Amino acid sequence: MIKTLTLTAAVALGLGGAAMAEPEREIEDFDFSFEGIFGSYDTLQLQRGLKIYTEICSGCHGLEYVAFRTLASENGPALPEEQMREYAARIEVFDPDLFDGEGDFRPATPADTYPGSLVANAPDLSVMAKARAGFEGPYGTGLNQLWYGMGGPEYIASLISGYEEAPACAPEDFPGYYNTAFAAGGYPQSCIDEDGEYLVVGSWIAMAPPLYDEAVEFDDESENDVEAMSADVAAFLMWAAEPGLNTRKTAGLQGVIFLSVLAVLLYLTNKRLWARHKHTKE
Amino acid sequence: MSTTDDHHSEPTRRDFIYYATAGAGAVVAGAAVWPLVNSMNPSKDVLALASIRVDVSGVAQGTQLTVLWQGKPVFFRYRTAEEIEAAVAVDVSDLTDPIAQNANLTGEEPAIDANRTLPAPEGSDAPEGAWLVQIGICTHLGCVPLGEAGDFGGWFCPCHGSHYDTAGRIRKGPAPRNLEIPIASFVDATTIQLG
Amino acid sequence: MAGIPHDHYEPRTGGEKWLNRRLPILGLAYDTLMLPTPKNLNWMWIWGIVLTLTLVMQIATGVILAMHYVADTDVAFSRIEHIMRNVNGGDMIRYVHMNGASLFFFAVYLHIFRSLYYGSYKAPREVTWIIGILMFVLMMGTAFMGYVLPWGQMSFHGTAVITGLFGAIPFVGEAVQTWLLGAGAVGEPALNRFFALHYMLPFILLGMTLVHIWAFHTTGNNNPTGVEVRRTSKQDADKDTLPFWPYFVIKDFLALVVIFIGFFAVVAFMPNYLGHPDNYIPANPLVTPAHIVPEWYFLPFYAILRAFTADVWVVMLVDWVTFGIVDAKFFGVIAMFGAIAVMALAPWLDTSSIRSGRYRPMFKWWFALLVVDFIVLMWVGARPAEGIYPYISLIGAAYWFGYFLLVLPILGVIEKPLTPPATIEEDFAAHYSPKTGGTTTVVNPAE
Repeated sequence: MIKTLTLTAAVALGLGGAAMAEPEREIEDFDFSFEGIFGSYDTLQLQRGLKIYTEICSGCHGLEYVAFRTLASENGPALPEEQMREYAARIEVFDPDLFDGEGDFRPATPADTYPGSLVANAPDLSVMAKARAGFEGPYGTGLNQLWYGMGGPEYIASLISGYEEAPACAPEDFPGYYNTAFAAGGYPQSCIDEDGEYLVVGSWIAMAPPLYDEAVEFDDESENDVEAMSADVAAFLMWAAEPGLNTRKTAGLQGVIFLSVLAVLLYLTNKRLWARHKHTKE
Repeated sequence: MSTTDDHHSEPTRRDFIYYATAGAGAVVAGAAVWPLVNSMNPSKDVLALASIRVDVSGVAQGTQLTVLWQGKPVFFRYRTAEEIEAAVAVDVSDLTDPIAQNANLTGEEPAIDANRTLPAPEGSDAPEGAWLVQIGICTHLGCVPLGEAGDFGGWFCPCHGSHYDTAGRIRKGPAPRNLEIPIASFVDATTIQLG
Repeated sequence: MAGIPHDHYEPRTGGEKWLNRRLPILGLAYDTLMLPTPKNLNWMWIWGIVLTLTLVMQIATGVILAMHYVADTDVAFSRIEHIMRNVNGGDMIRYVHMNGASLFFFAVYLHIFRSLYYGSYKAPREVTWIIGILMFVLMMGTAFMGYVLPWGQMSFHGTAVITGLFGAIPFVGEAVQTWLLGAGAVGEPALNRFFALHYMLPFILLGMTLVHIWAFHTTGNNNPTGVEVRRTSKQDADKDTLPFWPYFVIKDFLALVVIFIGFFAVVAFMPNYLGHPDNYIPANPLVTPAHIVPEWYFLPFYAILRAFTADVWVVMLVDWVTFGIVDAKFFGVIAMFGAIAVMALAPWLDTSSIRSGRYRPMFKWWFALLVVDFIVLMWVGARPAEGIYPYISLIGAAYWFGYFLLVLPILGVIEKPLTPPATIEEDFAAHYSPKTGGTTTVVNPAE
């Protein structure tokens, strides 16, 4: 049996590397204020991200788990109460109780949530920042995610800013838009060589580039090039996915500190308790 | 230095470490249990619906809007001058229930018409005391009374025949108390906030 | 208790006497808490308490979560979001429960490997070991069903794969799978019944914990030397043991708090690290994720399941011998459950007369290889089934079975063990002799 296993191993090592299952992708490690043990959301960034979502993304993408009242939360975009109400009132939501049970649209109240996606293949963005991993490996060890984080918001930011000129190997009329951060899209055969290796990073995504420089203007004249806005909307979507981040990390810090104090006390108690037995009697 | 057994008659400095540890342990245990208990308190979406705003601009004088709030019907009536007059004319000592039952007032105010109605908002041309907001649940056994019915021009509960007047006060029938007035106020000329 | 001579409970106050005459629960509690425990237990003996408290924590957080969850395929995903966003502290409670499962398995693997190294499974502790293996299987079932409840992509498709295994059983497979799912495929019936079972099984686990404790209280704890506590007289027993309370309760609490620092740090700072992002995508029966991966704690067994493909010679042989009844798919299923069964048989496969691995020099290497093998299987279980990875899985699986079926029986016969110390007292003194330091010396011996 051992001999057969050795043979099998030798045969295995003799084989070439596997053909890639997916193209590679380029994910930039954006620096977000909410990363790390002491991380927290940047309120103004969340407000900019909210504006970008409202003016651009909401055209297709829903945010169905986010309630309008949360836009006023201190640990989020922190909109003033009245501003949040006015914002909500500008959005129409479907109320099944209206019109004698048939349902009708009405202006939203703070208790309502955003509507769902308007376009069939535009996923809802409520938890998108947690539904994607920007980092992986190396070789399945999980170390990159340990060091850099899961990479959800980094992935979103990289994708929004990852649109580039299609490479020369692709046909002119190939459907979709070339994006270096997206690996799950269409890929022309002409960009795959005879060994099955992918010649270019990324793939062709169905979504047209949603942002261009200065697509949204901010009252405080913050940077509005594609790169900055990608980071802003990614941060907003991270908040949308994880509104409790600030309090969670604060609680974590307090908990770890207090548990450490308790650990020290228990260590001393344990030491005192065992002292008479660990050092022999006269 | 030698240690001895822990059979002290009263706690000494040596036992401090044990008490400190036990105390810290109790704090950690409490901090762990509290969130579990607190999670059973109303969640944020429930609290969000504890207070709603109702647009009453479409309510014509002499008509009523009924809104479901926290599972209960709430009557918003824009009363006519006659209804107001009839309510004001009633002597409180004739009432079955002389208390206003108004959550917006403290203590047990008498059930005069002024203590039952919503103060008019600024900039509104509604006459004083025109707006009556009350929970539409009969104080007898919980049926929903019918409006513009009964012997007193107000509401009538068909279940056991309770008659309420134009200020929602019980006048005849088995109901013990006037219809309850919830916490309510105008936040602008056409919007009433409940709760 | 455990046949070790010790002081028995004497009710002192009137109240104690009243109760004890009606229900000897105080005596039981006293005997359990004051159990004479080998004084040389090391830090690998804390995992039992970690497991028990983690179970309690999972039940506490789980019951709270169940107050807000609805097991309906249309709303399950959104109810989880409701818990995360609306319920007071809901996000923390959910993350504690989610990562608590990982803590549970982390602790159980260390607990199991402790037993494998120190020979805790050997006579007279076989029943404790078997109960433990059954508890492990129950844990796996509970964790698997819990993972379905968020109704994400991994919840759905992972369930489809694992319940599909039952379809591999010859003749009755399809009927069993349909019975399990209550339908032809994973859906509403499966979600509902898995919720009911996920709620119930931990209480069975709690009961089995009590039986498990009863079992090893009957035999007495093992210890790092594998040498039994002296039962010749109370004086001798006292030299080898210390009462569980306070010595080991405090020691266990210390370990527990240190572990919880790490656990809480994970919950607070990297709560989704051990999970899979695809489970934040609502379940879609029509779209299968590119890489279906179970949670990390199932990976070694998943690797063994996938290792035995149709081109492996032993699979082909078995397929031919059984006239096609045991095909590659079923072989994989048998191998996966067999990996646990073979662990259960360890007491009878291990021929060594020396209990503890500490005194078995050859054994140590093979055991270390087993640990490495387990980790390698865990890693390869998440890799796609192509290229070199299937071969690594096969070698890993082969060593797992080889360790239990070949190494343990053969080693006990051919190995030349070291001599264990004569008594636990001797071992303890060797570790903590006055020459190694310490500032305190005792005038009076222990009472």
